[in-house]
Amino acid sequence: MPNHLDGNALAGVLSDVFTMDVTAARGRCGSCGRTAPVAEAMVYPDAPGLVARCASCDHVLVVVVTAGERLVLSLAGLDAIDLRV
Amino acid sequence: MPFATRGFSGRRGQADTRVPPGQTMVEKWPVLSAGPTPQVETRDWELTVQDETGTDHRWSWDELHALGVEDITVDIHCVTHWSKLGMAWRGVSLDKILANVRSEHRYVMAHSYGGYTTNLPLEDLLDGKAWIATEAEGEPLDPEHGGPARLLVPHLYFWKSAKWVRGLTMMPDNDPGFWEQYGYHLYGDPWKEQRYR
Amino acid sequence: MRSTWHSATIVETRAETPHSVRMTLAVPTWPGSEPGSHLDVRLTAPDGYQASRSYSVASSSPWGHVVLAIDELPDGEVSPFLVNEARPGDTLEVHGPLGSYFVWRPGQNDRPVQLIAGGSGVVPLYAMAVAHDLAEDTTPFQLLYSVRTPADAFFAAELTELAGPSFQVTHVYTRQAPTGWPGTVGRLTRDTLAASTIPPSERPRVYVCGSTGFAETVATWLLDLGHSTTDILTERFGGL
Repeated sequence: MPNHLDGNALAGVLSDVFTMDVTAARGRCGSCGRTAPVAEAMVYPDAPGLVARCASCDHVLVVVVTAGERLVLSLAGLDAIDLRV
Repeated sequence: MPFATRGFSGRRGQADTRVPPGQTMVEKWPVLSAGPTPQVETRDWELTVQDETGTDHRWSWDELHALGVEDITVDIHCVTHWSKLGMAWRGVSLDKILANVRSEHRYVMAHSYGGYTTNLPLEDLLDGKAWIATEAEGEPLDPEHGGPARLLVPHLYFWKSAKWVRGLTMMPDNDPGFWEQYGYHLYGDPWKEQRYR
Repeated sequence: MRSTWHSATIVETRAETPHSVRMTLAVPTWPGSEPGSHLDVRLTAPDGYQASRSYSVASSSPWGHVVLAIDELPDGEVSPFLVNEARPGDTLEVHGPLGSYFVWRPGQNDRPVQLIAGGSGVVPLYAMAVAHDLAEDTTPFQLLYSVRTPADAFFAAELTELAGPSFQVTHVYTRQAPTGWPGTVGRLTRDTLAASTIPPSERPRVYVCGSTGFAETVATWLLDLGHSTTDILTERFGGL
């Protein structure tokens, strides 16, 4: 059974950090260069944090960890995010 | 926390004195994964240990088993709050694997097929505390549980027991692995509840 | 962290299908939602333990009621509680509305819209069909809905009611069809998909919602049939 969801599942936690909806933004994968809505990433929810990977090359795009009272967010796998303002 | 939903307790097992603080017991073994499950055939599997001289020590599947497989029964504690008690494993002690590896370094980065990493002190892999495990509960380790082989370091939270292990690299400093970079504890002792940094 | 959670009180629950509940929540601070968006539901145990899961919004109005339809995942943590235990008067928390990717807005453009749902994946698509109807939008809408049996269909009466010249509904029954059903019974196939959806030549926007396996299979077939990757929007569910 596939154990992933998609980037739509990041909307809740990212809305705590950003004023705009990042899942609708287009992000460029820092590894293969695929540019697609963040909502189309593969999200692995059954882990110590949420891990979003590129749908083309599996490169880690986003990691979100709720570490007790802290939220740790990495967007290091994304070269760029293109938000409609 | 004044707010609570009537009747909700969550999918949690029983708390018990045999499990560390914040943990509850499970019967069914949960599958956790942060990426696609690598499919590695045992004929292609290889373990590489790299020391500071850059020398690689390699073991094929058969060479690993020739070192001697032992039975291990241990409790497993996952940082996501579940513990599974009395799990039966089979594997090869890291004492045997590291016996001929000379290193001045005190730390190790474990590397997995699929790119996962986790850091450990070298001394936590020695003296009968850690194994390369190839069987669990009487069966070859299923890929979703890290098969064909995973690190087994049961005295630390289970994220340290890297699934799909393929290599150990000696390192001078305690550099963080995958989860450790994102806020998880560098050591991860479940009895001290070292979940986060 | 600033609180973004709304207090909600269950005002009504009723069986939607044998394994799911339609739940109406009163959320006095709810700002309203776009068709297709979702929210997170958070439950808190007396000892402070919390669990949250995402659910699509079937309908909502600002400062008013939010309607969800929740399918029970047998090994789940939140859905069995909501389906089997929760009752009117109970309180929980919701966070949202969330997600502006998988939404359809009336008047967005005049391209036809193909909706494809598996099981409870119809919920956000139902919200789009309602919005399309309320706006008297004449954009052609079609829904292809795959369910196990007629009893497993969500919003069955409402979807029948919504059907009309600009909204067609086609069912696929994977286990058992209604008496007198002229079609075959079985899993959705690529041929059925091709025959009962708007062809790629008409450049429809295609919204696919279902389990991860369903959504990925359908999306792959849509690409094979010639739809453009940017015209296919998917939402997967299945997290326990």
